[in-house]
Amino acid sequence: MSKFKDAEHLVRLAGACAVVLVLFLLVRAHFIPKSFGQYGHFRGDALAEQSSKTISYAGHKVCEDCHADVLEVKKAGKHAGVNCEACHGPLAKHAEDPGSVVPQLPDTAVLCVRCHEENIAKPKTFPQVVSKEHSGGTVCKTCHVPHSPLLQPGDKKS
Amino acid sequence: MMVPVEGFMYPNEVELQWSVLIVVYPFVTGLVAGAFILASLERIFHVVAVKPTYRLALLTALAFLLVAPLPLQLHLGHPERSLEMFLTPHKTSAMAMFGFVYLWYLMAVVLLEIWLDYRHEIVLLSQSTTGLKRLFYSALTLGSSNISEGALRVDDRVGWVVTLIGIPSAFLLHGYVGFIFGSVKANPWWSSPLMPVVFIFSAMVSGIATVLLVYMAMMKIRKQSIDMRCVDTIAQYLLYTFIIDFGLEMLDLIHRIYEADESFRSLDFLLHTKLFFSQVILQIVLGTVVPILTIGFIQIFNVPEKLRRLAYGVCGSLTIIGIFAMRWNVVIGGQLFSKSFLGYTTYKLDLISREGELVAVALLILPLFILAALLRILPPWPERQTPVGN
Amino acid sequence: MITRRKLLMLLPAAAFAWEYVLAGTPDVAPNYNSSEHWWGMLLDIDKCIGCGNCVRACATENDVPEGYFRTWVERYHVADWQQDTPLVDSPNGGKDGFPESSAVGGKNFFVPKMCNHCADSPCTQVCPVGATFHTPDGVVLVDSSYCVGCRYCVQACPYGCRFLHPTKHTAEKCSLCYHRITKGLTTACCENCPTGARQLADLKNPNDPIHEFLKTHSVQVLKPHLATGAKAFYHDLDGSVR
Repeated sequence: MSKFKDAEHLVRLAGACAVVLVLFLLVRAHFIPKSFGQYGHFRGDALAEQSSKTISYAGHKVCEDCHADVLEVKKAGKHAGVNCEACHGPLAKHAEDPGSVVPQLPDTAVLCVRCHEENIAKPKTFPQVVSKEHSGGTVCKTCHVPHSPLLQPGDKKS
Repeated sequence: MMVPVEGFMYPNEVELQWSVLIVVYPFVTGLVAGAFILASLERIFHVVAVKPTYRLALLTALAFLLVAPLPLQLHLGHPERSLEMFLTPHKTSAMAMFGFVYLWYLMAVVLLEIWLDYRHEIVLLSQSTTGLKRLFYSALTLGSSNISEGALRVDDRVGWVVTLIGIPSAFLLHGYVGFIFGSVKANPWWSSPLMPVVFIFSAMVSGIATVLLVYMAMMKIRKQSIDMRCVDTIAQYLLYTFIIDFGLEMLDLIHRIYEADESFRSLDFLLHTKLFFSQVILQIVLGTVVPILTIGFIQIFNVPEKLRRLAYGVCGSLTIIGIFAMRWNVVIGGQLFSKSFLGYTTYKLDLISREGELVAVALLILPLFILAALLRILPPWPERQTPVGN
Repeated sequence: MITRRKLLMLLPAAAFAWEYVLAGTPDVAPNYNSSEHWWGMLLDIDKCIGCGNCVRACATENDVPEGYFRTWVERYHVADWQQDTPLVDSPNGGKDGFPESSAVGGKNFFVPKMCNHCADSPCTQVCPVGATFHTPDGVVLVDSSYCVGCRYCVQACPYGCRFLHPTKHTAEKCSLCYHRITKGLTTACCENCPTGARQLADLKNPNDPIHEFLKTHSVQVLKPHLATGAKAFYHDLDGSVR
């Protein structure tokens, strides 16, 4: 009996610890998000949240629905593999409501050199020019049709 | 942010992720582990000479342990979400598991041991004080006022077991911090199995030095004489631990130089430039070699008491600075070079910001204030209930 | 013999089990079944022209803050045979293309970089709270509303693809445009790459031409010695690339 009395304070301590543990478990049950652990050690809802973010680029397939005529020209030319928004910018809003958002035509003086200005690190087979020597300040669109840019013999516009 | 970059760094690497606060944090937890190991020297290994510092070491450990989470909270992008680490800890994350190691160490080791060792005084104080103080001490007694021979013997036995468990727990506490860095395979300055071991031994060195300095300072403040046998013994243990710590660090360095893998050129460059002062001068020469040689000298030759006290004070201070430099070199140093091994960035330490110099200094001084308060609440020297002077 | 009794007992059990089957296939988008996909990407060094379209498109699609990069392009100059001392630059991550190079001779090429969506990612391993994770279809994502901003994942990524968002104070990185690929679209970077240097790959789809390419051409991953299970595959990656 006296042995227990001498260890009584330890029993009280153990009791206090048990209370803290229970409180912790209650806090856990309340604060852990409900979808946590559904598919792994993360909040399951995060997946749906991520995939419902807004889209800025519509994707070329969407453009082709309305602009089939441009597609005909592009398909046959050197820019067949270049998607519309790569030059025309993000147009998901335009695709959704064509009337409300009218895209601006890109400025070819700035746009074309981004890809075609000569640079030692570009693949040798890629068409590139030193723009100053090539066109001497003339805007690219003057001679080249952006949707099918390779000039054919007798094609030169003045 | 215009940070000077030499060579090439991945664009997202230019800004350092872990600031000086993440240097303070392992430094502080290291002091905790080291102070506790010193306390256990007397309790478990019966090194009677260091008994005068037993309670002081425990209270020092507690003071620093309480401050340890603060640099982390100040560093987090969302400190209000930090509870998530306890609610949904990711078991593969050393950082998450460390939260529990910390809690275990705080509750089941340090607080428990202090409570068991001080229970006698706590009960007496709960009966002799009045007002708020009485309430406080009474709460600490957990409602039990049994301080009979039998009860105190129980406290002693249980306390002994707690200290015994506390030693591997202290190793776990700071070894874990070492593992948080040592397990990052992306960073070759950190990734090493030696990292937890180096951290443990440097922690012991810094903790022992801190208790040595605190003890000497306390005796000075209380105008009492310093127990030379005590400080001589502490200095000896400091020396032994230092030799192991230095050996480990030199092993790491020699291994790196010899193997010279792809990261070596970057690390070598850092050591000769950005980290020269903090690593070579502060950490190695002033922080390790000088204390080892000095205390080593004292073991071999007869040095008068006054000179020994001065030497211990200087060496203790150099040690603490050196170990802080070591944490700096690991944490900041590890982020100064690019993971492409082609470039280097600079650490911009602001003076006044949430993770700036002032905050770091404040966090390093705060434990001393907490210790002062603890010394008042739980005086380590029971024969002097009312401190002289203060 | 299947008796009516046995069937009556089996049906609720089957219904119960079906719930579990469905639970393993999160309802992220209509007509999208995560378990049918395992995403990766092909980056063809032969085709990259360093135009920076991908960097710009990603920034637009994902609201990437200025000065931080979910994807970026590096330019390499390797002189002679010196594989371990390339000259590398990435001005503003290649977002505005690359200026004229002062390099002469040697090997010169562009390398697009991004999150490798590692199958054994070190970043998800170290996250203390489960804010960064693998989706069942192999994409590594960050749950911004759960991240505490400890930056351990940023330290653990060997490829430097993560950063801390300067205003949200949570970890950020390439999400493989999860919101696009779960709707049958390709990623913003692939959509806007003019040369086809970047192409999304579905490694579970045997009919995917990119998957086919990976099976028949020499491909490499970055830092293979770290065994991260990287799923960003490079074609014709030079040994000097870090």
